[in-house]
Amino acid sequence: MTVEVVSKSAGVRRPFFRRRKSCPFSGPNAIKIDFKDVRMLQRFISERGKMVPSRITAVSAKKQRELAKAIKRARYLALIPYLVQ
Amino acid sequence: MALYECVFIARQDISATQAEALADQFTGIIEQGGGTVPKKELWGLRTLAYRIKKNRKGHYVLLNLDAPAPAVHEMERIMRLNEDVLRYLTVRVDELEAGPSAVVQSRHSRDDRGDRGGRGDDRGGRGGFRGERGDRGDRGGRESRPPREHHEASESDDRETVS
Repeated sequence: MTVEVVSKSAGVRRPFFRRRKSCPFSGPNAIKIDFKDVRMLQRFISERGKMVPSRITAVSAKKQRELAKAIKRARYLALIPYLVQ
Repeated sequence: MALYECVFIARQDISATQAEALADQFTGIIEQGGGTVPKKELWGLRTLAYRIKKNRKGHYVLLNLDAPAPAVHEMERIMRLNEDVLRYLTVRVDELEAGPSAVVQSRHSRDDRGDRGGRGDDRGGRGGFRGERGDRGDRGGRESRPPREHHEASESDDRETVS
């Protein structure tokens, strides 16, 4: 019983360690945040048209603020929808 | 002088040449005000993500500006008055992009969804959600997501260790 619990917790915890992804907008080959780049923005919005939280996309806090602004600009220009019905 | 990027959307009923003439008109205003327009980019007739003033499509035009603020204000005023302009957005930037902006090529959102597959473990669950999108509310998907994420995370981990 205890052995099972231990192995399970290790199984859950390991992916946290293994793929600690870094922010896609910082570092050497960083992508530029641009409200005109719809294809790039699509990666950070959900199926419903919502912004994906940074804890899922691993975007840093500073870049997430920038990204949010870019998404809102793209929405205003009808490049991406406010909501998908 | 400050650098700006200006995007405006023209009505779908006007022709592409008319849209270009509109862009030239705004360029003229900027040049009168003592600015320059290093780049004018026509994105063509694009489908809008939602309807604006009953329009489903619009001519998108991007103007890169190097102009003093009063000239930009004057151009925006004219844009507001012009009924062919559905929307405009002028943004101050630190530097202008020299090459063509990477907008026009990526029109198919389907391809992007394909790209996203590799990012998270909850995508499999979402695939099912996509299938029955019409009936199901937002809530259902959200409630069932976190446990699923956990489940699949551990599963995929098992798979990784096996292989």
